[in-house]
Amino acid sequence: MNDLAAAIRIKGIRDGLLVSLPAAGWEDQRTALLAQIDGQQAFFNGARLALEVGAQVIKVNEMVELRDQLSERNVSLWAVISDSAATEQTSQLLGLATRISKPRPEEVANLDAEPIPEETALFLNRTLRSGTRIEFPGTVVVLGDINPGAELVAQGNIVIWGRLRGTVHAGCAGNKEAVVCALDLLPMRLEIAGEVLRLPAGWEAGKPEVALLRDGTVVLEHWQTGGMGQV
Amino acid sequence: MTAQVITLASGKGGVGKTTAVANIAVALAAEGSKVVCVDGDIGLRNLDVVMGLENRIVYDIVDVIEGRCKLRQAMIRDKHLPELYLIPAAQTRDKNAVSPSDMVRICNELRPDADYVLIDSPAGIERGFRNAIAPADRVLVVTNPEVSAVRDADRVIGILEAEEKRGTALIINRLNPALVKQHDMLSAEDVLDLLGIALIGIVPEDETVIVGSNRGTPVAQDPRSRAGQAFRNIAQRVRGEEVPFLDMDKQPGLWDRLQRMRGRK
Repeated sequence: MNDLAAAIRIKGIRDGLLVSLPAAGWEDQRTALLAQIDGQQAFFNGARLALEVGAQVIKVNEMVELRDQLSERNVSLWAVISDSAATEQTSQLLGLATRISKPRPEEVANLDAEPIPEETALFLNRTLRSGTRIEFPGTVVVLGDINPGAELVAQGNIVIWGRLRGTVHAGCAGNKEAVVCALDLLPMRLEIAGEVLRLPAGWEAGKPEVALLRDGTVVLEHWQTGGMGQV
Repeated sequence: MTAQVITLASGKGGVGKTTAVANIAVALAAEGSKVVCVDGDIGLRNLDVVMGLENRIVYDIVDVIEGRCKLRQAMIRDKHLPELYLIPAAQTRDKNAVSPSDMVRICNELRPDADYVLIDSPAGIERGFRNAIAPADRVLVVTNPEVSAVRDADRVIGILEAEEKRGTALIINRLNPALVKQHDMLSAEDVLDLLGIALIGIVPEDETVIVGSNRGTPVAQDPRSRAGQAFRNIAQRVRGEEVPFLDMDKQPGLWDRLQRMRGRK
């Protein structure tokens, strides 16, 4: 039973979370999935779930039951991907998607590691290039640049050890405490909890900056070593 | 012989991929390498025109894929260089006539008896581009010192990184040193700074390139052309030789001299 829970694979994709269930009986799969979600409520809260079930045949009443149980946990099921034609039909009957746009590697934030509730951070050891979009339900740390045309959306903070030239949105679910910091900050667009940064006239990039919300306005502060208390 | 398969891609159209393929191929073949160029732009072929081989086409790449001819029969030999061949694209078909695995198969068939296979990718990042990069051992990304071209190059490099292609290098084409000096054009440093990949060549803007393309005689064969020299240098770097980059300032190009004559400087 525990083995089954451990074999559930969770991936962050463009449209939410992609959960792949290991082969087992449906009842076991369902229990393992729900146990996994109950164990990490903070992580799954509000998530959009795409379920990959392999060849498993799921009947209409079973899928309805799962959908209800998920929605009780504030998780919405929007897609069931299956190799079985019967299961695909069931999904279509319930108005669920049966295909997700194929997750390209550049758009996948792999969450295979055990996430820590509330403090889940994603570490990206590369430059995000034009056309890349990454969404993450926590804090994101980038060791590299955010190039023009790249987008990074996080529910938590965004820390960029590099140049920020693209689009970022921290606290996208409304967290007004979220901050964005970069070694060199000249974004195409920077938002914190829906508020857009207006760069001061004559702004010169090149120094480490922290962007934060103060009285509903995004402001910038030069990063002072030892000045962590301000943020 | 095991050929290295090199694809030239850019994302944006009109930056000079086809011209670069023709010139690098000519320069490699002039040094004695056996080179096969493949036009990957099915439906909008023009590598044949730039190479001056338009009126020799009998079979094209789609004929090979669909089994109407042997690969050998679709290889057109260059007029001047006996070790240079072109496999033209089909003009009356579209990109869907070719799949990435077709390209891999054709290149694998070419590998044993060539030194280099150069593939001219179409613009965009869709099917044609996927076809062109599928067999590539390395990809040379061509860009112009313009914000839009650099943005598209960045996108292409991102895709290549996601595909785990190695040895990706950058060609900055049509750099105009005079405009750079006036801060009206991105400098090579600006472009490299943003894209963060290895540089394999800077080609100055040069009218002789256009004349050469129209005549079907790539400028790499013209010893007086600055752009031709730049392409010959790229070919040498492709072979793994160390060649210093052209000093864009020391010998002002034609454009630079024109500017001066007009009294703008």
